Amino acid sequence: MRDGGVSGPGPPRRRVRPQPRPSRSCPRVGAFGGASLQGSARRTPDHYGRPSAEGRGLGLRPPTPATLRSRPGVPSSPSPAAPGQGPGSAGAGALDAPGPPLHPAASRPVPPVACRPLPVPRRRRAMTVNRAGRRALGAILKREKIAPRRAGAAAAAAGAERSAVAARRRLPGLLRSPPSRAAAMAGAGGGGCPAGGNDFQWCFSQVKGAIDEDVAEADVISTVEFNYSGDLLATGDKGGRVVIFQREQENKSRPHSRGEYNVYSTFQSHEPEFDYLKSLEIEEKINKIRWLPQQNAAHFLLSTNDKTIKLWKISERDKRAEGYNLKDEDGRLRDPFRITALRVPILKPMDLMVEASPRRIFANAHTYHINSISVNSDHETYLSADDLRINLWHLEITDRSFNIVDIKPANMEELTEVITAAEFHPHQCNVFVYSSSKGTIRLCDMRSSALCDRHSKFFEEPEDPSSRSFFSEIISSISDVKFSHSGRYMMTRDYLSVKVWDLNMESRPVETHQVHEYLRSKLCSLYENDCIFDKFECCWNGSDSAIMTGSYNNFFRMFDRDTRRDVTLEASRESSKPRASLKPRKVCTGGKRKKDEISVDSLDFNKKILHTAWHPADNVIAVAATNNLYIFQDKIN
Amino acid sequence: MFARGLKRKCVGHEEDVEGALAGLKTVSSYSLQRQSLLDMSLVKLQLCHMLVEPNLCRSVLIANTVRQIQEEMTQDGTWRAVAPQAAGRAPLDRLVSTEILCRAAWEQEGAHPAPGLGNGHTQGPVSDLCPVTSAQAPRHPQSSVWEMDGPRENRGSFHKSLDQIFETLETKNPSCMEELFSDVDSPYYDLDTVLTGMMAAARPGPCEGLAGLAAATPGPSSSCKSDLGELDHVVEILVET
Repeated sequence: MRDGGVSGPGPPRRRVRPQPRPSRSCPRVGAFGGASLQGSARRTPDHYGRPSAEGRGLGLRPPTPATLRSRPGVPSSPSPAAPGQGPGSAGAGALDAPGPPLHPAASRPVPPVACRPLPVPRRRRAMTVNRAGRRALGAILKREKIAPRRAGAAAAAAGAERSAVAARRRLPGLLRSPPSRAAAMAGAGGGGCPAGGNDFQWCFSQVKGAIDEDVAEADVISTVEFNYSGDLLATGDKGGRVVIFQREQENKSRPHSRGEYNVYSTFQSHEPEFDYLKSLEIEEKINKIRWLPQQNAAHFLLSTNDKTIKLWKISERDKRAEGYNLKDEDGRLRDPFRITALRVPILKPMDLMVEASPRRIFANAHTYHINSISVNSDHETYLSADDLRINLWHLEITDRSFNIVDIKPANMEELTEVITAAEFHPHQCNVFVYSSSKGTIRLCDMRSSALCDRHSKFFEEPEDPSSRSFFSEIISSISDVKFSHSGRYMMTRDYLSVKVWDLNMESRPVETHQVHEYLRSKLCSLYENDCIFDKFECCWNGSDSAIMTGSYNNFFRMFDRDTRRDVTLEASRESSKPRASLKPRKVCTGGKRKKDEISVDSLDFNKKILHTAWHPADNVIAVAATNNLYIFQDKIN
Repeated sequence: MFARGLKRKCVGHEEDVEGALAGLKTVSSYSLQRQSLLDMSLVKLQLCHMLVEPNLCRSVLIANTVRQIQEEMTQDGTWRAVAPQAAGRAPLDRLVSTEILCRAAWEQEGAHPAPGLGNGHTQGPVSDLCPVTSAQAPRHPQSSVWEMDGPRENRGSFHKSLDQIFETLETKNPSCMEELFSDVDSPYYDLDTVLTGMMAAARPGPCEGLAGLAAATPGPSSSCKSDLGELDHVVEILVET
């Protein structure tokens, strides 16, 4: 498999300026061409001369409350995408939208310092623990079932001694897919029967990921997202890594095949942290990735784990300067007295190198687990939502965020509802929606008040009394909400169905599609094995004419809104022949099982498709099945 | 391989119950199913002793389910006030532990609670015992969860059963309590750990289910003191670095 565009081990990269400490964004994936993963050479040290903490992930810079910061913005290099916008004037843009000015977070109590995670040094210092202490520590660790580190470090470091870390030292699974698995694109695809849902036929294109039987937990894909043009496809996994695939240019020699997606860049986005005060580990699992619209040659994306959001810049470098006067080709400084002639450095092409560098780190604003991020249509702000609060950020400012929704009750015992997803409207920069665990969606207008606790619209479908059970509330909990590209509709996914809502009608959805109604009789077992809490996502196609969502047994469902037909397809290795058409699957609910049907009891509930993405323009879909990424596209006739 | 949560071998049992339910639809099998659902939910709520922070959404949904079941049981009248028989006590204990656990679970997540290493291991009883023992608190923690929906008699029974629990708590471990009282620093506590441990010690019979789980956690009050000693030592070590 060709590493799409990443340089192999070549000559060592020359730094323009000597750095006090080499900082690389992903030291562990060194085998994959270390050069591509090093941070940008233009990393500016912060005020104290330390290299920017962002290159090392969290931890080197202790969090300071916003009120104590004297300097505006952050000591990182300004975003290249903002013409003429310094950190100080950044507030002039979107935040001056018509309406009352938003109150800064200082007026809303900032979470006390005690609850913020303390900095975790990159190299965990081995502590000198005396024998008695070590014995006591060992007893506690054993009780808590943590394997202690050999170096005798604290329980904090011991938490990292899990297979997740060991798995992360290897390459992300998506990079290890054997070359034979990538679609050859040659040869005719199978005919198959016409797809039930759409007028075109879905066929297999590619699969990424290893075929091991036992999958490392860190390789499980946790989010999939196409960028605005569809040329880039980003995936995040539980090990905190992001892998970006790029679509190859269409090949003239192969007119029948669309471009295939190959690895473009990979980097370690988040590291596991330890919250000393709560004695809990903060997972490095990437919860969401959202791309920013492209404004120059570089690509930007936001990735988030449970507590921290990071803005990453992915840039290409395909030229290097040669012919310096003060340095010779090896990088050694020349003696100025021995230079006899001067020359002008010239740019020479080099192998394409893709660098990912963290540009902003938005941390310490969420007490609960972040479940969604959404970039605003003004391309300057974005929101992040956790279980009880939603914060509004400006992309340039990392030390301040505005709380716009807070549903935390004064008395936590009265808590009955949490926020499950939130999204900005695709065109109106003042409108956003958030869904709750009780099956309701609230649409808020930021112009109405600074704190949008009072919704502008409230979407809830009245409950059907005949189908009420103990699980009614759990299965009504909305796991994902997505606006249509037009902005007129929104789609919500609860456990058994997908509903399409018209923003102008709050009383009920305009469409309801059953995803796996046959599970309704199995809710008790699904409650027992916790599958009822699975959070499925859903997505629209580019023209808003079809919607897609995942199910169990590696099935995923597509609904065509125009023709009212739906189809169930499977992402499996068996149907992974090049350009093989996907056969529609059917689950038999009872009675006689026809041939090719699967009975409900033989469904594999460990194989769940939670994350899917649809190309914004073409009929290309990406489906994440545990640790494998399947790419399907429609057959070009 | 990725199955989460408990895998109990009573899946077959569940299906049997559902089959019976479908066939007969008798009140007893329905209430049996309801009771088993309640037990399952309490078990799930208790499984918060993981290294990674538990999912707040999941806890809230489970707690709402439990509340719904208890509402229904109230309306049915199957949920009776404190009965002297041991049989009557068993479900009540579970009911009582519900909101203690719910509260503890939420306050674990919400109110920046206990470090495993903190020496304020059980600050909870401080805040709870004072209102209960002084018997004049305007807001009883045990009933506040049900304030919105429970009728008056609920609270009465709650008071009584919780009083019983806190009595045993006091009588069994006076020295432990003193140590706890002495370190009123901040509201960090691990309430459910201690309480389930206490209850397991106090009533081993009917609470086998709970006790079995409490055994997985460092429960028993006898080790309370030694735990605190260990933890103090460890905290000293960590703080000095």
